[in-house]
Amino acid sequence: MALDPIQLELLQQVAGLHEVPQGAYSLRINGALHGKNSSENITIEKKTDKPGIDIYIKAGTKKESVHIPVILSQAGISELVYNDFHIGEGADVTIVAGCGIHNGGSEKSEHSGIHAFYLAKGARVKYIEKHYGSGDGSGERVMNPTTEVYMDEDSYMEMETAQIKGVDSTDRVTKAELAAHATLVIHEKLMTHGKQFAKTTFEVSLNGKGSGTHVVSRAVAKDDSRQVFLSKIHGNNRCSGHTECDAILMDNAVISAIPEISASHVDAALIHEAAIGKIAGEQLMKLMTLGLTEQEAEEQIINGFLK
Amino acid sequence: MLEFQNVSFTADSADILRNVSFTVSERFVAVTGPNGSGKSTIAKLIAGIYTPTSGKILLDGVDITDLSITERARMGISFAFQQPVRFKGLTVKDLISLAAGKVDGKKISAADACAYLSEVGLCAREYIDREVNASLSGGELKRIEIAMTMARGSQLTVFDEPEAGIDLWSFNNLIDVFRKMYDKTKGSIIIISHQERILDIADKIIVVSGGEIAAMGEKNEILPELLKGSGGCRFTASRKEDC
Ligand SMILES: Nc1ncnc2c1ncn2[C@@H]1O[C@H](COP(=O)(O)OP(=O)(O)O)[C@@H](O)[C@H]1O
Ligand SMILES: [Mg+2]
Repeated sequence: MALDPIQLELLQQVAGLHEVPQGAYSLRINGALHGKNSSENITIEKKTDKPGIDIYIKAGTKKESVHIPVILSQAGISELVYNDFHIGEGADVTIVAGCGIHNGGSEKSEHSGIHAFYLAKGARVKYIEKHYGSGDGSGERVMNPTTEVYMDEDSYMEMETAQIKGVDSTDRVTKAELAAHATLVIHEKLMTHGKQFAKTTFEVSLNGKGSGTHVVSRAVAKDDSRQVFLSKIHGNNRCSGHTECDAILMDNAVISAIPEISASHVDAALIHEAAIGKIAGEQLMKLMTLGLTEQEAEEQIINGFLK
Repeated sequence: MLEFQNVSFTADSADILRNVSFTVSERFVAVTGPNGSGKSTIAKLIAGIYTPTSGKILLDGVDITDLSITERARMGISFAFQQPVRFKGLTVKDLISLAAGKVDGKKISAADACAYLSEVGLCAREYIDREVNASLSGGELKRIEIAMTMARGSQLTVFDEPEAGIDLWSFNNLIDVFRKMYDKTKGSIIIISHQERILDIADKIIVVSGGEIAAMGEKNEILPELLKGSGGCRFTASRKEDC
């Protein structure tokens, strides 16, 4: 079955894809699995006990990617999906997930995904997740992603999440447990406007010797939107952890940043930083001296900040 | 031609400039004077960052006193700040592209960007994709600021202490940059500076002191007086670099 233009637009926004992807993929549309494809090294299986899929990546798989976009283009759908990723020893892969909701109706559309990643020894994953909402219906677009990451020794994961437009309400939870010499890097980008609400919670437990994490969030809140950023790092061994929230506040928006670091080992080195402020007047002025209007200057500054 | 007519500027009930009048029709005008005398204030009044409390500012006979920063920029005024601004996320290429008038997300070509950067002594390959954030040194920022004004190519460019924070080797190159600009420009360049070698390439020098114009005239007339120092001089000017 071919995708309609709205579905194609959502696919483009969340996965950068112009068509159904090549290679390993799973595409979920309006509450049902639309199609999936396994490759030689990557097997995708539909779960039998609950909605969702299991993704198995063979040990040693190099430079392959998996796309698992989710699209809701009908109003009124609510779903809860479980996706489990099993990444074999020494594999090096890119996983692109993402959820696009188009709501042109008056009923709420909601997608909640529970993603669990199991990284075997020395596995490397780049995980990209984008959230996007469109449609001018009055129905809310709601996304509540939960991500669990279990990292074995020497594994590495980079997680990039972005929610720039159109999602009315989000409650994102990310939890990770790291064994020795595992590293987790998280970059979150978030922009809310209108009356949107977004809450993100990161909880990273550095259990293994030499494990490390960077949790970096850049956020812009406009209009009457609200954001809450919670970031907890537990240092339970010799490890290094860093959490940073950098936020631009505009109009009547409200942002709370609540970093928390706790250490139970004398060689745990943990740092947290959080800064919230408006766009610096001198930045606007500089760009205006280049001939930009105040609005153009603001746009450039925000686009750069969230790039 | 730029003209200040009896411009005064008051902030927080302090008189910062009093009845300042001058014209800039020469290709190269240097503004000098002690720290705190009001030089940067004059630059900000030209760019529209400050609006005069009284008096008028004209550009080519048009009253621009009440025009915004953006409107003045679009009329052809460029301003290199004394303290360049840092931006998280915007790169050198982004800023040079905006300076060259590309607001729609298009970027200038790598070759053009490189040409501007190498003019100011920066290795383009190293800098083009750098973010203009706290990782750049003061001297690097100053040079990028100058490269931006080159990309703008405006009819009137104001440089506020371009030499500050730039090491001696680079300073020699900087003089060459301004010499070249002098040869190429069809408009006017105003440089606020304490440096004799910069004052030396000016057609005209304006000396500001205590918020007023202490002296103004051709270089040959003003520079020797300045170099004599304060002893017995009719005006004072510090040649120390601002910190
Ligand atoms: N916006 C302002 N509000 C209050 N005081 C100001 C403002 N701008 C400049 N000043 C004061 O005016 C004087 C001249 O400043 P400035 O023009 O920066 O001097 P210069 O560039 O010659 O060193 C200084 O004493 C400075 O503190
Ligand atoms: Mg100054």
